[in-house]
Amino acid sequence: MSRMRIEFTLNGRRRHLDVEPNQLLLNLLREGLYLTGTKYGCGIGECGACTVLVEGEPVLSCLTLAVDVDGKEVETIEGLARGDDLDVVQKAFLDEAAVQCGFCTPGFIMTTRALLNENPDPTEGEIREYLKGNLCRCTGYVNIVRAVKRAAEKSRG
Amino acid sequence: MGINRLNTHVLPVRFEYHAPASLEAAVELLSAYGGGASLLAGGTDLLVKMKQRLVEPGHVINVKNIGALTRIEDGADGLRIGAATRLRTIERSELVRGKLPLLHEAVRSIGSVQVRNMATLGGNLCNASPAADSAVALMALDAEARIMGPDGARTASLEEFFLGPGLTALRPDEILVEVSTPYLPEVAGTSFIKLGRRSLDLATINVAVVLELAGGVVTDCRIALGSVAPTPVRMRRAEEFLRGKELTSGAMEAAAEMASEDIRPIDDVRATAEYRREASKALTRDALTAAGERAGEG
Repeated sequence: MSRMRIEFTLNGRRRHLDVEPNQLLLNLLREGLYLTGTKYGCGIGECGACTVLVEGEPVLSCLTLAVDVDGKEVETIEGLARGDDLDVVQKAFLDEAAVQCGFCTPGFIMTTRALLNENPDPTEGEIREYLKGNLCRCTGYVNIVRAVKRAAEKSRG
Repeated sequence: MGINRLNTHVLPVRFEYHAPASLEAAVELLSAYGGGASLLAGGTDLLVKMKQRLVEPGHVINVKNIGALTRIEDGADGLRIGAATRLRTIERSELVRGKLPLLHEAVRSIGSVQVRNMATLGGNLCNASPAADSAVALMALDAEARIMGPDGARTASLEEFFLGPGLTALRPDEILVEVSTPYLPEVAGTSFIKLGRRSLDLATINVAVVLELAGGVVTDCRIALGSVAPTPVRMRRAEEFLRGKELTSGAMEAAAEMASEDIRPIDDVRATAEYRREASKALTRDALTAAGERAGEG
């Protein structure tokens, strides 16, 4: 099994890396690049904790080969804020207390970011449908849905 | 269950990775490595199986860079969808939504947004789950699979394509290229219904119906059920029964009864066989009713 050279954009920066073919994107991010905001939850595509954006679309990094992002653009939770200036979705999750233990939060925020890029004014039904692949065992989702609505309002100005 | 069956963290399988740019190159790789290779499309099934060591390929062939496999084409008499087309692309396609709403509904019901961004139509079919939502819809649409191997191309109906749970008619050196689906007449009514514990689960039962009516009489009828037999299945006896009949609630009830008799359900983690027999009757009746309401008069 030979290592392979990949080149991709991670949170706006070009990266050149050598990876094993069986290395998962999630493990490359967390263990190779110390970007531990993206979480390992179930590992089988049920929980959404490992959600990152590839080419702007939410995907599961626990079921993505690192070699498969060659030539692509990847965004993680670490790439959302500009310095100390949080993204509108991050602010809304704080303001609505849409967090308890926080483990699912990066995944929720990345999925929400993709939803609002695609649909700036989602209905509650559309929010719940889009976020149904992200599980939260603490909040009961009420504050999360509220945070997404707030982020949508703030982004529309 | 051995301890490594519980691993979901890493891929404990070492393999050579290939990402051919053409169909011919992919077929050559398959001919060379055959049974020792796995095709990688979305990875949402394959990588889970590799984590659990249910599949341990020496070669992984990524087919997503092959242009011929990722097209949706509007043909004269039907739609052709490349096997590596992502489910989300199909869900968003105006062409699919406009001309084959049944397929749109079935694809939209699969997994989460994340899963649909990754998973492909060909992957959903080649995984050959008896519960595959796209398979049930495509079977009711009389879809055909186009398959490429070292000796050239061949086609198979979806009924011929599925052999059993996880088993397809593909030989180790063959690749599913595309699925072609004839367009329905404007007057046809369709319906897809899925029963699951939560909406993103695998179906406990799923059903797809295509109905054509003329003067209240059924001129054509296709019913497919999933998760009730070793493969998705067409309900030929119920279809035949309805053809030429007026679409009354009694006729639909009788057809649904036949469907529930003809299935071969099992007990599994999602439901018992007995439950599936009862629920398939109600689901078939509901899908017939909905399709009947949507069917225009020919």
